[in-house]
Amino acid sequence: MFQRLQPDAAGRTVTLTIDGRSVNAREGDTVAAAMLAAGLDHCRTTPVSGAPRAPYCMMGVCFDCLVVVDGIGNRQGCLVPVREGMRVELQLGKRELR
Amino acid sequence: MGATAIRDSYEIAIIGAGPAGLAAATYCANAGLSTVLFDEQASVGGQIFRAIEHTPVADKQVLGASYWRGADLANAFRSSSAQYVPEATVWSLTPEREIGVSLHGGSVLTAARRVIICTGALERPFPIPGWTLPGVMSVGAAQILLKSAGLLPRGSTVLAGCGPLLWLVAWQYLNAGAQIDAILDTTPAENRIRALPHAASFLFSSYFRDGMRLLRAVKRKVPFIRGVTELRAIGVDRVTHVEYSRGSAGTHRLAVDNLFLHQGVAPNVNLAMSVGIEHRWSDEQLCWVPVLDGYGNASVDGIAIAGDGAGIAGAEAAEWRGRLAAMAAARALGRGVPTAEETRAREALASCLRGRAFLDAYYRPAKAFRQPSGDTIVCRCEETTASQIVDAVALGCPGPNQMKAFHRCGMGPCQGRLCGLTVTELIAEHRGLSPQEVGYYRLRPPVKPITVGELAALPKTEAAVRAVVRV
Repeated sequence: MFQRLQPDAAGRTVTLTIDGRSVNAREGDTVAAAMLAAGLDHCRTTPVSGAPRAPYCMMGVCFDCLVVVDGIGNRQGCLVPVREGMRVELQLGKRELR
Repeated sequence: MGATAIRDSYEIAIIGAGPAGLAAATYCANAGLSTVLFDEQASVGGQIFRAIEHTPVADKQVLGASYWRGADLANAFRSSSAQYVPEATVWSLTPEREIGVSLHGGSVLTAARRVIICTGALERPFPIPGWTLPGVMSVGAAQILLKSAGLLPRGSTVLAGCGPLLWLVAWQYLNAGAQIDAILDTTPAENRIRALPHAASFLFSSYFRDGMRLLRAVKRKVPFIRGVTELRAIGVDRVTHVEYSRGSAGTHRLAVDNLFLHQGVAPNVNLAMSVGIEHRWSDEQLCWVPVLDGYGNASVDGIAIAGDGAGIAGAEAAEWRGRLAAMAAARALGRGVPTAEETRAREALASCLRGRAFLDAYYRPAKAFRQPSGDTIVCRCEETTASQIVDAVALGCPGPNQMKAFHRCGMGPCQGRLCGLTVTELIAEHRGLSPQEVGYYRLRPPVKPITVGELAALPKTEAAVRAVVRV
């Protein structure tokens, strides 16, 4: 669980949708940071056991922050900067073949 | 594409924009070499100077002088003519120095006459029961959230493990007004004796002066529990408690909302190993370290490694190793480098390395936390447990590559970054061999996952098309 250090008056706000919810983030946040700041508990469930996972390393090596960004799956949330209007969904289990 | 258009070739390509990469790229560009710097993050600094150009943590006392030093490096780089390509994932590097880079979902190939790999370090895996639960993160991740997004933990927070970074982050958290409910220190008591022979040079290093002040400041404010020999994160869908024991002194439980783990860092070897660069197991640092000459040149011609990827030595050393690798590259490409400049770099590097052997010995992580047992998950991607690995060894599985066939460990998206060291050490221990004899996963490109579509869309030579298309 996280909170902002201080209201960031200088920073610009970006509005995006995370798991169907409209969320404000700071410009410069990564998707993973925005999810943690918004109080989301997990960002994916594993393909093996379905266990919930949240960001672990925040530097692009653990792949536990995999999410669906604007319809594209397997994006590393900690490497993708937030953008206005972005749609982020949790990545649940295995990928379905369509 | 404008300024970000990737050219077909460069004289020098640098991978990673941390202290080594920034220093190397600045040097090369100023020496008149056509220089490109690829980095996976959206802004320069690597992890140590993460978000140095746009951190929301405005009060400079919070992150401290060791962080803000990075601003000079970033400025020098920005004023150089080096081409900077952020949000660029290098997924392939061949011995001929052809580089595959993924940019915003599409890939390009480029080439360089010299390459300096500056991919830095990653945190050593900390496989304890429950380390995959939401609410459990690495200490490094906690620090990245502070630097890059101004996030502080809310609720009860415990830091567990050992190593300088743990203390630095505790100090930064306190500066920022965060509450830390406890530090569970896993540094083994016998490390003091192990470190003793290196104490003299440590006493004369900057680590000692700065480190002791930081340690004292944190210990004054945070309950500090030393000698922790067992750790367990407990919860169903998220961590609710951390359980610890100290030798035979019984088990204790603390309620937590955040548990941050750390037991040192290790070179991020994936790209270097995938090119075939020779690495050796370091018994001192308990990780793989590339075999390099005094300039960082690796066993593959034209490729050097600088920074913590060349063996853990910290941010200041990374800078100087970056410059030395850059000097060697400049010379190889026919530019003159004054001897005095090199001498100065070597002296600066030597001074940065002072005290490192002490830190390696003193903060050597305990065997119990490197070689887990039972149901503890080792491979986070494929959810392979320690006992599955140990049982496979008993069945005759000789090494990490064969272990993939048994349990898929190391075959998930992280490509062994979070399990590789553990798997090698567990197999070595149970076979009675050294990690060097057991070896590591064979790493191959793409070293980060890319889609088949991205690969297929790459420009192809006529010969390549002819090889697969029946006319």
